[in-house]
Amino acid sequence: MTQPVALTINGRRRDDQVEPRLLLVHYLREVAGLTGTHIACDTSQCGACTVLIDGEAVKSCSVFAVQANGRKVTTIEGLAENGTLHPVQQAFWEEHGLQCGFCTPGFIMAAAYLLQQNPSPTDEEIERGLEGNLCRCTGYENIRRAVHSAARAMSGATDAASAQLVGSAAAPVED
Amino acid sequence: MAVTSLIGARIQRREDPKLITGHGNFIDDVNLVNMAHMSIVRSPHAHARIRSIDTSAARAAQGVVAVLAAGDFKPHIHAPLPVTNAFVADKKQVPDQFAIAEDEVIYAGEPVAVVVAEDRYLADDAAQLVVVDYEPLPAVMDLEKAMAPDSPLVKSDRSDNIGWDAAFPAGDIDAAFAEAEVVVKQRIGQQRLFPTPMETRGCVADYVPYDNRVTLWTSTQVPHFVRLFVGGALGVPESQFRVISHDVGGGFGSKIRPYLEEYLTTATSKIVERPVKWIEDRTESLLATTHGRGQIFDVEVAARRDGTLLGLKFTQLLDIGAYHGVFSAFQVVACLIGGGAYEWKAINARSIGIFTNRTSTDPYRGAGRPEATHMVERMVDLVALEIGMDPAELRRKNFVKSFPHTNNFGLVYDSGDYPKTLDRAMANIDYTALRKRQADLRAQGRYLGIGFSTYVEICGLGPSAATAPAAGVALVESSMVRVHPTGSVTVSVGTHAHGQSHETTFAQIVADTLGVPYDSVEIHHGDTGDTPFGYGTYGSRSLAVGGMAIMASCHKVVEKATKLAAHAFEASEEDIVVDQGRYFVRGNPGEAKSIAELAFASYGAGLPAGMEQGLEAVSYFDPPNFVWPFGCHICAVEVDPETGGVSIDRYVAVDDCGNVINPMVVDGQLHGGIAQGISQALFEEVLYDEETGQMLTGTMVDYLIPTMAEMPHFELDRTVTPSPTNELGVKGIGEAGTIASSIAVINAITDALTPFGIKHVEMPARPDRLWSMIKEARA
Ligand code: FES
Ligand code: FES
Repeated sequence: MTQPVALTINGRRRDDQVEPRLLLVHYLREVAGLTGTHIACDTSQCGACTVLIDGEAVKSCSVFAVQANGRKVTTIEGLAENGTLHPVQQAFWEEHGLQCGFCTPGFIMAAAYLLQQNPSPTDEEIERGLEGNLCRCTGYENIRRAVHSAARAMSGATDAASAQLVGSAAAPVED
Repeated sequence: MAVTSLIGARIQRREDPKLITGHGNFIDDVNLVNMAHMSIVRSPHAHARIRSIDTSAARAAQGVVAVLAAGDFKPHIHAPLPVTNAFVADKKQVPDQFAIAEDEVIYAGEPVAVVVAEDRYLADDAAQLVVVDYEPLPAVMDLEKAMAPDSPLVKSDRSDNIGWDAAFPAGDIDAAFAEAEVVVKQRIGQQRLFPTPMETRGCVADYVPYDNRVTLWTSTQVPHFVRLFVGGALGVPESQFRVISHDVGGGFGSKIRPYLEEYLTTATSKIVERPVKWIEDRTESLLATTHGRGQIFDVEVAARRDGTLLGLKFTQLLDIGAYHGVFSAFQVVACLIGGGAYEWKAINARSIGIFTNRTSTDPYRGAGRPEATHMVERMVDLVALEIGMDPAELRRKNFVKSFPHTNNFGLVYDSGDYPKTLDRAMANIDYTALRKRQADLRAQGRYLGIGFSTYVEICGLGPSAATAPAAGVALVESSMVRVHPTGSVTVSVGTHAHGQSHETTFAQIVADTLGVPYDSVEIHHGDTGDTPFGYGTYGSRSLAVGGMAIMASCHKVVEKATKLAAHAFEASEEDIVVDQGRYFVRGNPGEAKSIAELAFASYGAGLPAGMEQGLEAVSYFDPPNFVWPFGCHICAVEVDPETGGVSIDRYVAVDDCGNVINPMVVDGQLHGGIAQGISQALFEEVLYDEETGQMLTGTMVDYLIPTMAEMPHFELDRTVTPSPTNELGVKGIGEAGTIASSIAVINAITDALTPFGIKHVEMPARPDRLWSMIKEARA
């Protein structure tokens, strides 16, 4: 009853036999062993499972693995390149955009997609762009800040504050 | 202090690199070879007798390993769930809760059977095939009706539906009310809430057959509690029972109790002789994980026309749910701190815990303190309204002003400066201009409101002198600090973070105290296999209690290192100067030994006579008092009278948690805390059908967790009044935001609606509720 699927995940091709009912998120976590994509609801509300399919942000709990057949999937594990964090990852770190970190992979993927679509979003555009993601820890304040800061970094602009923060995690910086 | 001081520095978190790259290790990421998956069959009824359970179809289903019910677990689970319910000495009923129902279910979601299968899909499939024959019984839902002598019972073997009924009198309340020129009365609700950590619960149990050795991975705030109680019930000694909790995706109080699923998964692993995994899905979580709040306060305040507060009388009705949570009775603390930041001649409080056929309540961020703050801050506003006084001035007039302050119940507020946070917040929001704007807008038919919350919080649980008699536990905390031969440091603690950044902030403390590089310090928590017994993380205790346990071990290490240095320099200990990890003889700083050198020496030969090798220490810290953070939050909202919609214009907070270890982390805790209080004020509410006891808000579609769009910017500021209770001068900050914020929002909404003659608004202040109130007021 299984079906063959061939996906390119984070640049690597995989061939598997899966049950038609297997959700993409379970495929990624349990078949491909990529546990960075999380599950926090069963009603497509939380966005913790967000990945990119052919470059577009998708809630991987709302897609069957077989529907992703032949597509390119990017998960949180594939966002950093050659040991360099993606600017959105870097910004979440610098701006304290995460606490428990459970919602974070989904937020980072959704934010990366948002910035690709809209390189310098307003507060309102960020709020709209990330309305499919829930965080219970941060009150969203620093997530909003992180997205702005990533936008600045990606557009090449650096402000003094964020430049100061880059580098050693241990470097104390004035509050 | 020294220029290298890390305490107080904004340091990026060391927790983050793995979490932002998808390499966290949460409970569902734990996978073992040959692991089976467990699904739990739960009661669809709030109250029913179980006539029979037919598991034959489920047993025959594809991939099924076992189907188990109460009778199968009885030989393995020998004790009920723990309840630290000694908080109330008066009439009290503490019924035993077993891990799985046998013949009577008393809340929707109570387990009746478990199914174990080769994967989670198959386990869920087979769970659908378990046939349970129920005889529905009446559900007890309403708190006041449940108290009536002729009420149906929540469970048939109970004497009534009362869990506790405790009186807390302090001072001559009749005299205080006799003196009153005004008396205001109000009923104030605290709706039930889902704590809703983004990661649901789950566990993986690996019982090694014939060996009586267990490893249990679980998503918990309290690994040592889980080992103590689950191990105890299963007859596995602590030395053979290891509980591991890696990254925990939030808790907010809902992961404090050793849960029945931890018992069931472990026992199931023993029975099926395989590792077993259970992961709660969200719908299940909303039924099976403890809820918060669920209280009603009936309150009366006596005051003089000049704004002097005299007496406070109130009754707390608390919906316990079907069984006590592990700390449900802790929320009685609302009675002891119900007076808030004010002086009172007398307070008379009563708390009644009532059983209903609902999921159990237990602490949710704040646990008793948000309720107390919401109550007293609401009442203070009602008094101000009644006598026509500015709410800020009424607060200022009645503030406790000198510290330490012994409140009406003998609790000692350690330090504070309440007018200072009030002044700062009023300046930050530009109160005078805001009142003017309010008047201008009203003239245009727009309704702006300004709400205050000047809270004080009890946290840092807690001194054994208080907690042992009250709760039967000494809520001390532990640490082990070990300096390795080449100077790196391992610190193991009994607390356990679930978003609080302990790996970073504890390392800041250790690096400063020992004078070692921050990067050389590693913090271990969450694994009973390599940490000393501790009570875990909740009650804003990890820094004020756990941090102090770390300090105590660091001091012991420094003491021994000083002896080693004295020995090396052939000097007396008194002549050794310790400066940022360098040890030298007074007057000769050029010839110093680093702690790494002394550590290396400590593991070798030629030590001082009688000294053992090694450089490490274990400490337990029992705080002399609680700690008392405080602050002032001011919220400005605009209410649209046509829709009842509320928009938050400004949210200004000035908090004081004593000395700050990492300001970035403190601000983050406040952001999240404030958001949860705002969310209670405006959005969240667990609803049940009052007849059948069915949950009506059983998915995230029905239960509103706010998104970014619903949350305002938070304008934070702080004052620093160090705590005299501990050497670090710290208080706690994990819960302060939530404790303060719900009432700042509600007071703002009522202030906005004053022109309609509306004096009080219940939570959640949803648009439909406000719209109806405005419509009624206009009619
Ligand atoms: S798991 Fe919640 S949206 Fe996918
Ligand atoms: S950081 Fe915990 S849910 Fe977002």
